[in-house]
Amino acid sequence: MSILEISGLSKEFFIHRQQRRIVSCQSIGLRVGAGEFVGISGRSGAGKSTILKCIHRTYQPSAGRILYESEAFGQVDLAGISDRQMLYLRRNEIGYVSQFLNVMPRTSAKEHVASALLASCASERDASEKAREMLAYFRLPEHLWDIYPNTFSGGERLRLNLAHTMVKRARLLLLDEPTASLDAESKTLVRDILLKLKGSAAMIGIFHDLEFMADVCDRVYHLEEGIIA
Amino acid sequence: MTFFETPSLRIERLTIRYGAGCPACMGGGILEKNRCAACDTVWSLKGVSLEVYPGEILGIVGESGSGKSTLLQSLYFERPISAGSAYIHEYRGGEADIFTADRQQQREIRNIHMAMVYQNPLMGLRMRFSSLGNIAEKLLAAGNRNTAFITERASELLGIMEVPVARMKESPRNFSGGMQQRVQIAKALANDPSILLLDEITTGLDMSVQARVLDLIRKIKYQNPNVSMLLVSHDLSVIRMLADRTIVMFDGQIVESGMTDQVLEDPQHHFTQQLVQSML
Ligand SMILES: Nc1ncnc2c1ncn2[C@@H]1O[C@H](COP(=O)(O)OP(=O)(O)OP(=O)(O)O)[C@@H](O)[C@H]1O
Ligand SMILES: [Mg+2]
Ligand SMILES: [Zn+2]
Repeated sequence: MSILEISGLSKEFFIHRQQRRIVSCQSIGLRVGAGEFVGISGRSGAGKSTILKCIHRTYQPSAGRILYESEAFGQVDLAGISDRQMLYLRRNEIGYVSQFLNVMPRTSAKEHVASALLASCASERDASEKAREMLAYFRLPEHLWDIYPNTFSGGERLRLNLAHTMVKRARLLLLDEPTASLDAESKTLVRDILLKLKGSAAMIGIFHDLEFMADVCDRVYHLEEGIIA
Repeated sequence: MTFFETPSLRIERLTIRYGAGCPACMGGGILEKNRCAACDTVWSLKGVSLEVYPGEILGIVGESGSGKSTLLQSLYFERPISAGSAYIHEYRGGEADIFTADRQQQREIRNIHMAMVYQNPLMGLRMRFSSLGNIAEKLLAAGNRNTAFITERASELLGIMEVPVARMKESPRNFSGGMQQRVQIAKALANDPSILLLDEITTGLDMSVQARVLDLIRKIKYQNPNVSMLLVSHDLSVIRMLADRTIVMFDGQIVESGMTDQVLEDPQHHFTQQLVQSML
């Protein structure tokens, strides 16, 4: 059974000032089985992030269907559901994870993870307890828990973001270059974590390191100029 | 499963115009800026409809003069409207149009169900009064007469907003801009309104002071999961940080709306693209 089934997905941007159309991806077909880890590779600019961002609806798809098997709603087309419904899925089922930080000012790593739970009315004590568990699970060194993450390395940011997403038990994870510019040691750590996550969440990951991708993913897609080759 | 949510605030086709209008502009003809070339009518708001949900922060962006403040002020009954309606779930179950309520009821809505925080603390605070007095004013207006409760509630709110409770009998005139803003927010929260109207509340504050105010807004959001906020800001980074969804206004109309990250990263309308470009 698939958790995600994409067909005919295209995304183009129209830049009004230049009266220019930019085609970012075209007629994408892609499937992710429950608990499966699918990889996407392709050159810079090939449209990899565009696909993930369409699934997350940071981009509004221009055409195509993104059928997602939701726990709360049954099967929905992410390309067409309401903003409020998508926000619900983002909070509870679908996580977008990269090495970029998206944290409030004056928020420690632990508070950041806890905030994901506070948004759904958990008590402060429960949220904090859960946050500690998650940070430990994703092996963020304990001396980093109470400081602001602005100074975190790429790998630490990624693990923080994973903890933030998984504290709500996301069931579909969109991983945008989780291993970009990590050294060998951090990569091994991320590899272990991703393998540990396998089974509890379906994952789609963008990778440049093909060897790493082959190691962790069940199946891979290769993109060329916005088309699956 | 169908997804059904009840909005805490629903606005329908809200319009404010200065001038009589003519067939050209009434029919949705082209305006130059927000003025009708044929009849000189200025459309401050033209058919604005939106919904805000419990726990949600709705960002409102748009260039200067696009109608953002007018929208908040009309909801707060500070400006007469020309047409349209609005419904607040907490007020008569969202069945009654607040604009047709009588003066007494509108005062009640302003005191209990809604609160406004202005860019300029002078607009929201009485500098002749202490912080305690300002908060007491709000509580009294909602019918509270118990002075012990009033003092306790004021300390609680000032505590939440990180204003030293020891200074609550002082006029906020003596406070820094950031502190005044926090007192203003404390006052707005006095009667647990379900809708908060926030107009450029961090504009003109230092970065670190801004960060603190934003952080407190986020704290309010988590501690009051039913409160809805309409947040007007020029600063897209403030919008990105706080708003769940965002609407874009242009010449008194909503030209685009969506999840905040989508509006900022995949802007559709020419104007939104310009706005985002200019902020990069
Ligand atoms: N009393 C009035 N008479 C005529 N026009 C008015 C009046 N009040 C507002 N306007 C016009 O309505 C439009 C919207 O103004 P508004 O103050 O709501 O803009 P804004 O988006 O809040 O701008 P800013 O970002 O500068 O605060 C402007 O063109 C303004 O000149
Ligand atoms: Mg304004
Ligand atoms: Zn006219």
